Amino acid sequence: MLKKVINYDVVIIGAGPAGLAAAEAVDEAFSVLLIEREARAGGILKQCIHDGFGLVRFKEKLSGPEYAERYIQMVLKKSNVKLETLTFVIKVEKVKDEYLITTTSKQGIQTYATKRLILANGCRERTARQVNIHGDRPAGVMTAGNAQNFVNLMGLMPTKKCVILGSGDIGLIMARRLKLEGADVLGVYEAKSTPSGLSRNIQQCLIDFDIPLHLSKTVTRVFGNRRVEGVEISSVDEKMNPIKGTEEYIECDALVVSVGLIPENEIAENLNISIDRRTRGPFVDQNMMTLTDGIYSVGNALHVHDLVDYVSEVSETAGKNVGHERKRELVEVASKGCMYLVPQYIDVNSLKEKTTFFFRSNTDMLKAKVIVMVNGEEIYAKKYVALRPPEMEKISVPLKLEKDDKLEVLLSAETIDACPAE
Amino acid sequence: MNLTCIECPKGCLLTIEIQDSEVIVEGYDCLRGKRFGEKEVKNPTRTIATTVKTIYPELPVVSVRTASEIPKEDIFKVMEEINKVIIDKVYPIGTVLISNVCRTGADIITTSDMTRIINK
Repeated sequence: MLKKVINYDVVIIGAGPAGLAAAEAVDEAFSVLLIEREARAGGILKQCIHDGFGLVRFKEKLSGPEYAERYIQMVLKKSNVKLETLTFVIKVEKVKDEYLITTTSKQGIQTYATKRLILANGCRERTARQVNIHGDRPAGVMTAGNAQNFVNLMGLMPTKKCVILGSGDIGLIMARRLKLEGADVLGVYEAKSTPSGLSRNIQQCLIDFDIPLHLSKTVTRVFGNRRVEGVEISSVDEKMNPIKGTEEYIECDALVVSVGLIPENEIAENLNISIDRRTRGPFVDQNMMTLTDGIYSVGNALHVHDLVDYVSEVSETAGKNVGHERKRELVEVASKGCMYLVPQYIDVNSLKEKTTFFFRSNTDMLKAKVIVMVNGEEIYAKKYVALRPPEMEKISVPLKLEKDDKLEVLLSAETIDACPAE
Repeated sequence: MNLTCIECPKGCLLTIEIQDSEVIVEGYDCLRGKRFGEKEVKNPTRTIATTVKTIYPELPVVSVRTASEIPKEDIFKVMEEINKVIIDKVYPIGTVLISNVCRTGADIITTSDMTRIINK
């Protein structure tokens, strides 16, 4: 049954930390529809039961569900926000100057119309299929987020004895979690020569629990008929290619994979929004608006953040700007030494007192420095003891800019250390 | 001794030396790091987060954590106590399930809301 199209001033897709923070920040004068495919708002935070969230935003150490609950309470109090759960977006299309969003839910198919769309649909985990592991395909090969869902939401133990591939934060956190629940976590294997996760997680998740971390080693084969029976580990060279003759067999009943996160941008791609191949999310200005007028991208759909506190911050920036858009004049930000930099564009017509940039260095840097230059003149500089690609940095720059100005963000270091001894 | 401060995501690398029973911490960026280093030598503590089983099929487990830090050596003892609990009532977030768990002085509190999920 086709129903009448319902109009909203703003539609937000995804009620995880990004969507919630964006919804919370939208001016009360505008009607907001917040669409969530799951039964509950909160996104991935629901299963991130460990603590450490909220140090920046609330000056408290909270667990993921507690952090989410704060935002859910704030959003539920807002009379202009309508939250629709168990609602899945099946189509987004542009018709004249409006976006039509078609959803499916228990109530059937419904189309909403809006002029402003905030994409807050998060990211996905890379799977074992995406990292070239040979061998059998038995049960017991899962992503770290999948294992986390089993343990923390379903209350099920997916392994008794496992190997973890990849040293991303979720992998490290799951190593500790599975160990706490009584599993034997044999080791974390990382193909790179440096860990991908935060140093504090190496300390509190691995060292604290005597879980070994093996660098420059990877899983090359999975064995098992119906269930994982073991894996083959190989050392890798600098190009991360397995070295023949280094293979060892490890008996286990599961392989937990934590090999990176990829922003989810199927909707953005279908709308032909330009995507930055470095962040794998849309190009945005400082208000998180994409290069397509009226469409914003926030949270991990924009780029994968280390901290939920920053996800909230950028989403609030987008939420606040919604409904107050002006005609944009964009200046591209040139960068050097960055793995990526967000925002990639600055709208000179909506500059505030300070402009925030997030960046990751493209390599390990010691005694590093970030410089912001306008027309070749330094307007901001900050020094760092060290910069590492896994750690996202944030700077707030008092930026003044005109339409034809040249803006650069440059990273440099006294020592560029490709393989630090850790 | 070298260790990474776990107080915040910055993860400062601390160097800790003991000279004449005095603990000297270096490498911290803020006072929390200095305190962490000192405590780590004398009495290391941690927060633990886990889940507790319920009788409700729509919400088989509820997330919990220690409301304050517990001695690191008590982690598995505290886990054992937490695993004895089965929730059979609908609690709001922040409910104390066990007070002063294993005499550590820390309470075990729920960290997710049950009331919006179970409508009874």
